Amino acid sequence: MFNPGVISPLHTETYVTLKPGELQLLKERAYATRKHILRMAGLGGCFVGAAFSCVDLLTYLYTRFLKISKNHLNDPDRDYLFLSKGHAVPALYGLFVELGFIGPERLDHHLQPDDLIYWHPHPNIPGVEFHSGSLGHLLPIGIGVALDCKINGESNHVVVILGDGELNEGSNWEACLIAQAYRLDNLILVIDRNGFQANLRTEQLLPLEPLEKKFQAFGFYEMTIDGHSFTDMENTFTSIPFEPGMPNVVIAETIRGKGLKKFEARHDAWFCRLSEEEVERFSQELER
Amino acid sequence: MNYEERLITLTLSDDRFLILTAENRAAIRNCPALFKDRFIDTGITEQALIGVATGLALRGRIPIVHALAAFLTMRAYEFIRSDIGFANLPVKLVGGVPGFLSEGNGPTHQALEDIAMMRMIPNMTVFSPADEEDMVLGLQDILRHPSPSYIRHNPLPPEIGHCPFQWGQAEIFSEGRDVTLIVHGTLFGQSLMVKEHLEKKGISVGLINLRMLKPIDEATLLRTGRESTLLVTIEDHFITGGLFSIVAELLIKHHQSCKVLPLALEERWFHPCRMKDLLFHEKRTGEQMARVIIDKMEES
Repeated sequence: MFNPGVISPLHTETYVTLKPGELQLLKERAYATRKHILRMAGLGGCFVGAAFSCVDLLTYLYTRFLKISKNHLNDPDRDYLFLSKGHAVPALYGLFVELGFIGPERLDHHLQPDDLIYWHPHPNIPGVEFHSGSLGHLLPIGIGVALDCKINGESNHVVVILGDGELNEGSNWEACLIAQAYRLDNLILVIDRNGFQANLRTEQLLPLEPLEKKFQAFGFYEMTIDGHSFTDMENTFTSIPFEPGMPNVVIAETIRGKGLKKFEARHDAWFCRLSEEEVERFSQELER
Repeated sequence: MNYEERLITLTLSDDRFLILTAENRAAIRNCPALFKDRFIDTGITEQALIGVATGLALRGRIPIVHALAAFLTMRAYEFIRSDIGFANLPVKLVGGVPGFLSEGNGPTHQALEDIAMMRMIPNMTVFSPADEEDMVLGLQDILRHPSPSYIRHNPLPPEIGHCPFQWGQAEIFSEGRDVTLIVHGTLFGQSLMVKEHLEKKGISVGLINLRMLKPIDEATLLRTGRESTLLVTIEDHFITGGLFSIVAELLIKHHQSCKVLPLALEERWFHPCRMKDLLFHEKRTGEQMARVIIDKMEES
């Protein structure tokens, strides 16, 4: 049975630590992002559990790994991040506010007819590489981008964030065969392994374990990390490519609803619509 | 010049073009050796193939994607609609052995709804050439147009020469007061024979090779509807959503009324066999179709 929160130590010989200031910045950004998500949950509701589980991952990737900045969002030399689990988009938009890609007032337009902030990403929002919502789409698309970078001899990274429940979709496994065949070591697949799909634990429906062995068998170099440990992430993502010629997969063990104790690892913390009072109260209860 | 020769010339002329396939190499045998990393075979993975093409297009490429029409349009439909269609990316879809061209493969391989499905997608354009020469004539404009496109691949040898291709315009072979045959794709050759048979009976026959089904040549169709006593739509496609539907929608939209005889597959698949037997069995030889049309004219 899947056990969230288990840490697999990585590169023990060269284990790096983050400086206190670096760690502080990551924690503050993640905290602020979760507050933005609660705001959106108060403006008509959103997928809070799935968004909270990948806040730390997204915060780390945009802050320390991806070569992308607010003035160069369309730079052909940038790194790409594709959020395939599109319903986690509040995490992306909350973080985009913190990164200055969009203004904070933009989130007040959540679900309003005068803007495009809705339950799945829209490509007109600065920072969104491609729309998603239908599961199993963005890994093949990320592979197309990674393949073009390879054809051109360019060194961009392509990160694709997938939910674990999303791995039910067959298109992902077609895509894995292609990634291996074309030796896409510039592709980094990140699995937000929060252990849940819409209604159930993944292992109660279509068991995914042993997941790392599945990816290994598909020719990926696999690393399992604690998806809420910035130090774990630093140690993992700085050693990409894990193995030249092999696509990378990071299984990030996360907790659905991470950051708000009453939401954590609950099957019903999926879509949440909150009152103004709840937004206020839960924001106070957020883990710092 | 055949399809592959034209494709090679065009691909060599523009670095943006990449040739992709889901292991359907029949029409592009010489491309792998010639184009090396600009030729991408994803294996039998139509859904992921469309995703990969989408990613390549995001990087400024124009992927020319080859797969069997039935699997390309149906297996990968949601990817075409939601990724290529919504993003309006210049991905060029080439559907192999559509309609009657699947011959003996059986219903799994019969793409008889491809036109309906593709034309329904916003931004998508649809080209259904009458034969290989017609396909070669239109290829450059279709590949270079900024929209996503569906090409109903048709390698049948030409029965007649064609005029130069013009975007969104039908090719008018003749105008007729009594009957106008409106046709696209595979059944064009037989339609020429229909025309001959009818003319022998002293009937004035128009013949239109539509070429593009989206955008459709509205002006030509509406004029024909006014000037001809009977329109006959000829297609190797289900009756729903294809050429007959296009003509019917257009006439209604413009409050125009006229008599239309649809020759299409109604609520059934066709019997799998070789083309010659298939045409006869399905009553789609020129002579058989001419007889159906004469019967219809005599009815009224």
